[in-house]
Amino acid sequence: MAAGTPLHHAVRWALVGPALVLLALLPVLLTAIDQPFYLVPATRILIYAIAATSLNLLVGFGGMVSFGHAAFFGTGAYVTGIAAMHGLQSAWLAWPLAMVVAGVAAFAIGLVSLRTRGVYFIMITLAFAQMMYYVFVSMKTYGGEDGLALESRSALGFGLSLKSDTTFYYVTLVLAVLSIAVLWRVVNSRFGRTLQGIRENEIRMEAVGFPVFRHKLAAFVIAGAVAGLAGALAANQTDMASPAFLNWHQSGMLLIMVILGGVHSFLGPAIGAAVLLLLEEFVGDMTTHWQFYVGAVLVAVVLFAPNGIATLAVRRSRV
Amino acid sequence: MDAILLVEQALNGLQFGLMLFLLAAGLTLVFGIMDMINLAHGSLYMVGAYLAATVATATGSFLVGAAAAVVGTAVVGMLLEVTLLRRLYKRDHLHQVLATFGLLLMANEAVRMIWGPEALSLPMPEALAGPVEIGGLVYPAFRLMIIAVGIVVAVLLYVLVAHTRLGMLVRAGASNREMARAMGVRVSTVFTLVFGIGAALCAVAGAMLGPLLAVQVGMGESILILAFVVIVIGGIGSVRGAFVGAVLVGMVDTFGRTLLPMSLRAVLPPQIAGNLGPALASILIYVLMAGVLFWRPQGLFPARG
Repeated sequence: MAAGTPLHHAVRWALVGPALVLLALLPVLLTAIDQPFYLVPATRILIYAIAATSLNLLVGFGGMVSFGHAAFFGTGAYVTGIAAMHGLQSAWLAWPLAMVVAGVAAFAIGLVSLRTRGVYFIMITLAFAQMMYYVFVSMKTYGGEDGLALESRSALGFGLSLKSDTTFYYVTLVLAVLSIAVLWRVVNSRFGRTLQGIRENEIRMEAVGFPVFRHKLAAFVIAGAVAGLAGALAANQTDMASPAFLNWHQSGMLLIMVILGGVHSFLGPAIGAAVLLLLEEFVGDMTTHWQFYVGAVLVAVVLFAPNGIATLAVRRSRV
Repeated sequence: MDAILLVEQALNGLQFGLMLFLLAAGLTLVFGIMDMINLAHGSLYMVGAYLAATVATATGSFLVGAAAAVVGTAVVGMLLEVTLLRRLYKRDHLHQVLATFGLLLMANEAVRMIWGPEALSLPMPEALAGPVEIGGLVYPAFRLMIIAVGIVVAVLLYVLVAHTRLGMLVRAGASNREMARAMGVRVSTVFTLVFGIGAALCAVAGAMLGPLLAVQVGMGESILILAFVVIVIGGIGSVRGAFVGAVLVGMVDTFGRTLLPMSLRAVLPPQIAGNLGPALASILIYVLMAGVLFWRPQGLFPARG
């Protein structure tokens, strides 16, 4: 694939390289400055970076603004919780299962939703996510409104335990890098080019002979499966599969992360996730009224950095 | 299942639907005319309810409280439009979502700063606190008043939109904004007025529902989602569609919550029916929306030709 076209999203190693080194050394650095507890929010940021990047495959590259991504995130969380309850503890089985079930859910929801466009697509994805929310809330066997507590975190084998914050962090980091790399390959593949073509002009792509609907559905399934993985990790981190993971508020937060970071940049949503969660963490330490200031930042971003914060750091180029 | 219960449920559904309509009407106009997704619309409903509760408690009069809420919220809405929201009309929908979500967070927290985290109570007007009896049906007088207010406001809004000059400009803006502007409509003034009217309608709903529900932070968010469902079912930009959609959603939701668990109990073991009933009832309106979108992708009354 030719580099340098607007459809190709190159990795800017000058920025990504040092960031990866920093992430790899983070546990050591945090121990050095005697603040090891920041590893937990760091893990949370990585989990949401996975989910937001998967959502951006739809929003930024497919032109499909889904307001129901929490459905797949939450499904991943619940599959992990339900599997653990029935004795399936191994992460090697439970997490792929979470991805498969989330992908199947995305297939079913996409099959109906993708027939609508624009605002109507936003609303129909929201509708399906809310249906999932009420389905899981109604299952009293699996916790109902209180959520399903994980009896123990998923088992990794090899003498590793997710109970250790450091191990959990590194496992999440590896999975985040892997899944974001896969999504990056998808975006830059022939499939990804077609998807971006559909975003730009759906009718023309149809006329040229591309099976538009199948491409959109495939993207929807991939994004859903990756969000399912993020959900499985989130269930492990909070030790429960909570209905809040499925709520429209969660879909909204994921969408905010994507828009905040910048929809047309590949790593923007991951940056958006980090900025939003760090804002919550630090402003939340300073004042109980942190929501006010986070809200003000969001308004300011729209007024002064309309293409997302990723474009502030690197103008006119794509990270 | 007897007739009285059915009538009671129909009245409840109508009451809920009419209040939804008050929110949805403003939302659909802002969406249809300014092409703006306003997630902070529910916050105006919250502000209206808080203003009503504060003034009504201070003066001891529900009516004064409601009037103050309507005027105050309209002013807040128009100020918001002039200072911030009008900058967003030409922007991408995604930017509007981000900015108005930020506004929603700010509004929630500002209310918490001013009024504190506890829920307020909005006292019911004493004359309407009791039940009335109509042909064997005992029904709360205040709920009947809500229905009456809802119908009056809906009729007024219909007259305003269909038979006044402002309404003509509004309809022109909804069906073809550029053409309206080209024909010399002072669009920005119309927009500010429409926003003020939408905010005032929110305040009416806030003041009416305040005595029934808790006046608390976040009260605007769940109802906002329902209002969006309503305008999508009705067709974005259509006030008539918002009315039909709102009453439909109100009825389906209310009847679903009573009839569905009842009929499930008749065919399923009580344990399963008890779990399934409420979930299915909550899902019903979303099924309704998905169904409408599947067969009528533009809603029931598309505003744009």
